[in-house]
Amino acid sequence: MTGASEIRQPLLAVEHLTMHFDGLLAIDDLSFAAYPKEITAIIGPNGAGKTTVFNCLTGFYRPTSGRLAMRAEGEILLLERIDGFKIARQAGVARTFQNIRLFAGMTVLENLIVAQHNALMSASVFSIAGLLGLPRYRAAERAAVERARHWLDKVGLTERADWLAGTLPYGAQRRLEIARALCTGPALLCLDEPAAGLNPRESGELNELLLSVRAEQEIAILLIEHDMSVVMGISDHIIVLDYGRKIADATPAAVRVDPAVVRAYLGEDETGKLAAARVADPAARHARAPDSR
Amino acid sequence: MTAAAGLAVEKPARTPLYWSALFKDAILAALVATLLALPLVGMQTYDIGGGALGIRTHFDWVATAAAAVFAGRLAWHLRPRHPRRAEAGGDKVFSRLATWSSRRTPLVAAAGIAFAVVLPFLPFSSRYLIDLGTTVLIYVMLGWGLNVVVGLAGLLDLGYVAFYAVGAYTCALLARDLGLTFWEALPFSGLVAAGFGVILGFPVLRLRGDYLAIVTLGFGEIIRIVLLNWSPVTGGPNGISDIPRPSFFGLPFARSAPEGVTTFHQFFGIEFSPNQRVVFLYLVILALALVTNLFTLRLRKLPIGRAWEALREDEIACRALGINPTNVKLSAFGIGAMLGGFAGSFFATRQGFISPESFTFTESATILAIVVLGGMGSQMGVVLAAILLVTLPEFGRAFAEFRMLLFGAAMVAIMVWRPRGLLAHREPSLRLAPHESGGALR
Repeated sequence: MTGASEIRQPLLAVEHLTMHFDGLLAIDDLSFAAYPKEITAIIGPNGAGKTTVFNCLTGFYRPTSGRLAMRAEGEILLLERIDGFKIARQAGVARTFQNIRLFAGMTVLENLIVAQHNALMSASVFSIAGLLGLPRYRAAERAAVERARHWLDKVGLTERADWLAGTLPYGAQRRLEIARALCTGPALLCLDEPAAGLNPRESGELNELLLSVRAEQEIAILLIEHDMSVVMGISDHIIVLDYGRKIADATPAAVRVDPAVVRAYLGEDETGKLAAARVADPAARHARAPDSR
Repeated sequence: MTAAAGLAVEKPARTPLYWSALFKDAILAALVATLLALPLVGMQTYDIGGGALGIRTHFDWVATAAAAVFAGRLAWHLRPRHPRRAEAGGDKVFSRLATWSSRRTPLVAAAGIAFAVVLPFLPFSSRYLIDLGTTVLIYVMLGWGLNVVVGLAGLLDLGYVAFYAVGAYTCALLARDLGLTFWEALPFSGLVAAGFGVILGFPVLRLRGDYLAIVTLGFGEIIRIVLLNWSPVTGGPNGISDIPRPSFFGLPFARSAPEGVTTFHQFFGIEFSPNQRVVFLYLVILALALVTNLFTLRLRKLPIGRAWEALREDEIACRALGINPTNVKLSAFGIGAMLGGFAGSFFATRQGFISPESFTFTESATILAIVVLGGMGSQMGVVLAAILLVTLPEFGRAFAEFRMLLFGAAMVAIMVWRPRGLLAHREPSLRLAPHESGGALR
């Protein structure tokens, strides 16, 4: 890792990932890479297998075949061989969910502290140091609160730190879930439709947040998104899936005019540049993929 | 009934159709009451001599019950409704009590503890009152223990009495077979119960909600049936008797002690009274319960406690954050069981005799009712509910056979009134702002 080589090392290399659900082929021989300090968007019509990719990466599904190689501290970890709950800690993969999964009955701050469970748990030494209130544990807890405060400031929720997470407005819940994922100190951040249900102002704020994370942290971001203003605005490269197959992998500008992508979104009949222009238009994505659900 | 403008909007017009629907509903309710009352109240068995049973009928009682339900149902429908006050009344009292007690927790707790400590020495306290207090405190301790599993970790456990039984039998067997005293057996009771908690935890790791409830219910029964049938060790239905009473730092509570042993009253040069032991037992369970409270309150503010609550809220999110759900669940089961084991050990030494009779499903249900009634996760609520659930049947003694009916009605009333428990108010485990940030928490 040391010594800046001219060839960039991918943080995550997905190779020939295939996922069958009985008869259904959800992902078909998918390969792509994600690089640190880059935002990689995965787009595609509904049912294209985007969330399934995330579920494979974060250990919720075991892929039928393929290799998910993650570079962590100079070593290569194969995510498909790690127990689901260990992926966050060992490989540094954090994620958010399409349907927000906060700890609704706990406060905003508590959500962020739970995200730092493993560090705090080892500082509390089987809860004994914690029960006794030893300085070592208290220092760890203070550090955790400081880290939480940093991300709260970043997502603009410091004022509401002691609110129950479930009482926050929708947009704030989305931001909190991202902050919670970032509190785990990830190397790879997987965001599943972070802009879903946000108004234009909120998705603008989301863009700024993600750009500042990319600028300040050594993090690779994987982004599933239907909102083209987010995808086209901040992605470094875009992977397009259709029926589990990769049909494009290029920069936003190139994807925008890719005939295969246009076909996937708008159907076979549409041609050329007219359709390409409409891909960028938010209204056009409803033509085939109404993102309900 | 005042015909205020607000009421006119709320109420349907009183047309003949309205009245007929009203009567239909009341008659249906009376019919259900009749069906229920017929076997329960209407028939009573009695001894006609020679071991035979006769049946005495009380159809007048059935008629009274049906008439009462009919009238009650009508009155319920015709009750004056104030739209603004729909959720007010008693509910408000307890909401206020909940917020007030959580804001003034140290004050309320200190006052409660002080009262509990001086209770046996107050002029009006009697042996009966102290015994009742001891029972309440056992349930408080069990409630706080089960609160870890149900209230914090959200794992519905219907077989909690199993750990209570394991603790009690561990204490009794160690005393009988190894001659350990209560104080020596106490830690082992907790450890063995915790072990059983983890053993139960493994097979139910993947279960939640109803399924978990059924398996834990079965586990509770398995333990009871094993205790009942493993006669060589547990004494079967005869149980274990002569469990030694706890001593005060080696000083037994007895009128006369064997050679070479000083008793409590001899050592302090006071007159012997059987009440001394009762008061001592009361103070022991008070101390055990307070330690339990301190322990669970402290755990709640540690990563393990927050992980329990996070698991209750969303297990999938926990996994995505790198929390091992297996460890979190097993630790909740283990620690909850350990506290139940301690309480069981105390129960054994207090009774001096235990048998499987004491560990039926009813006990599990009572403990769970205390936790749910008090407000899941609320320490203060558990105390309130335990006092209510233990003393209510005592007050009901005057009503003889209607006691349980009264008890059931009270439970239903509380759940209608405060569906989330008496004192449902969650205090965050830590805050960013040092002071209360207004009403945002509710």
